[in-house]
Amino acid sequence: MKFANAQATVYNDTVVRQFAIMTVVWGVVGMLVGVIIAAQLAWPELNFGISWLSYGRLRPLHTNAVIFAFGGCGLFASAYYVAQRTCNVRLFSDKLAAFTFWGWQLVIVLAAISLPMGYTSGKEYAELEWPIDILITLVWVSFAIVFFGTLGTRKVRHIYVANWFFGAFIIAVALLHLVNSAALPVGFMKSYSAYAGVQDAMVQWWYGHNAVGFFLTAGFLGMMYYFIPKQAERPVYSYRLSIVHFWALIFTYMWAGPHHLHYTALPDWTQSVGMVFSLILLAPSWGGMINGVMTLSGAWHKLRDDPILRFLIVSLSFYGMSTFEGPMMSIKTVNALSHYTDWTVGHVHSGALGWVGLVTMGSMYYLIPRLFGKKQMYSITAIEIHFWAATIGIVIYIAAMWIAGVMQGLMWRAVNTDGTLTYTFVESVKATFPFYVLRLIGGLLYLGGMLLMLWNTLKTATNGRSVDVQIPVLTAHA
Amino acid sequence: MAILFLLIPLSVALVFVILAGLWWAIYRGQFEDIEAEGERILRDD
Repeated sequence: MKFANAQATVYNDTVVRQFAIMTVVWGVVGMLVGVIIAAQLAWPELNFGISWLSYGRLRPLHTNAVIFAFGGCGLFASAYYVAQRTCNVRLFSDKLAAFTFWGWQLVIVLAAISLPMGYTSGKEYAELEWPIDILITLVWVSFAIVFFGTLGTRKVRHIYVANWFFGAFIIAVALLHLVNSAALPVGFMKSYSAYAGVQDAMVQWWYGHNAVGFFLTAGFLGMMYYFIPKQAERPVYSYRLSIVHFWALIFTYMWAGPHHLHYTALPDWTQSVGMVFSLILLAPSWGGMINGVMTLSGAWHKLRDDPILRFLIVSLSFYGMSTFEGPMMSIKTVNALSHYTDWTVGHVHSGALGWVGLVTMGSMYYLIPRLFGKKQMYSITAIEIHFWAATIGIVIYIAAMWIAGVMQGLMWRAVNTDGTLTYTFVESVKATFPFYVLRLIGGLLYLGGMLLMLWNTLKTATNGRSVDVQIPVLTAHA
Repeated sequence: MAILFLLIPLSVALVFVILAGLWWAIYRGQFEDIEAEGERILRDD
């Protein structure tokens, strides 16, 4: 069968450009909301008594904006770019690709309106109400058609490893979204979950942890396996290991979810299964991290003067750190101390700011100039400053949350000889105050770097122009 | 924990889907001469 895209002589970079620009824009928005709620935790009066500025409504806006708007746009941009470049073929359907862009932006805008207004299904990282959930499903199915259609019409026999990661991410997220968001609508923007009580909790964290595994890990590993070799101009350290990494990761991930529900009404054995699978995950995670970092072997000097490569490699060190910390925190006895404390928040952010954030920024710094016919970004110094602002910001953030979290855990469990609690809850809140302020400083640094990236991106885009890139004609391969 | 009657079969079915994918990849020769494939992406532009 002949498909129109297989005849095309140029890549479809329009949709990649759109998603790449919006990645940066939504990054600024999402991180700004993060900074605002970080400030509210230190000084609660900063909600000014306005309901839609209250912490409970802005927090889901922050998580949705950074994960699905910033991260999501970054994944769309890189999946579309990498699939075309590694398959030597134009995107399967320009119209559907355009629909995924505008549809996804509409989802984000609807989230930005409905969440502050208080519309929520109450499911963490899946707060959006049912009409928006349906729109997400339509966009996601279109994404799958465009992506797998592109792979199906590829001009190269081998499917590059990054595409496997993107493919797994697309399929898994579709499944997770459909199962977890199953709900009974009882009116416009109001629905009840199809599950109740502990059943609902189990589905929610089956979704929640696999969203981390497939959205925030597999997708960004796809980015990592393409952009690190490209930026380092060296092939991935062991291609064989990258394939083992992929299959090991997707075979083991699905069962880690119950570690979010230790010591709850969930049956004990289910919690233990979750813990064991979480511990097993350390192996594929570190295999991938080592593979990515070792891609630089023999070219370590490049780290000295290439800030983009530094973004990418430091992101992997945070990936390694948080995929070690995660399994440790899933051990029930450790979790007894860490759960419900700010240690969890610190853990999430070492993954989100360190791994997801930095790998996305590095990839976009590679991608954006190429999309506008430029060799490099407008200002390399700005990338350098961004790198240091972001890295120092993350370190301040997670160190503050580690200390705060362990302190809270110890204060909550401290018992006097007569069996009464040593501290009231509010004493632990008071003790956390300086760490909340420190966290805000870390967040401000990270946001500042992102603002610099926005300026740099706009400068690069306005100085360049949208170019059509020719698809190379293949000779040897068939 | 009736929900496990949904989630366990779902995850097991998924394992079979993944296995099918792995089988497809192996028998379609996706993993032959793989180290050369890592080099190829560096030459495409």
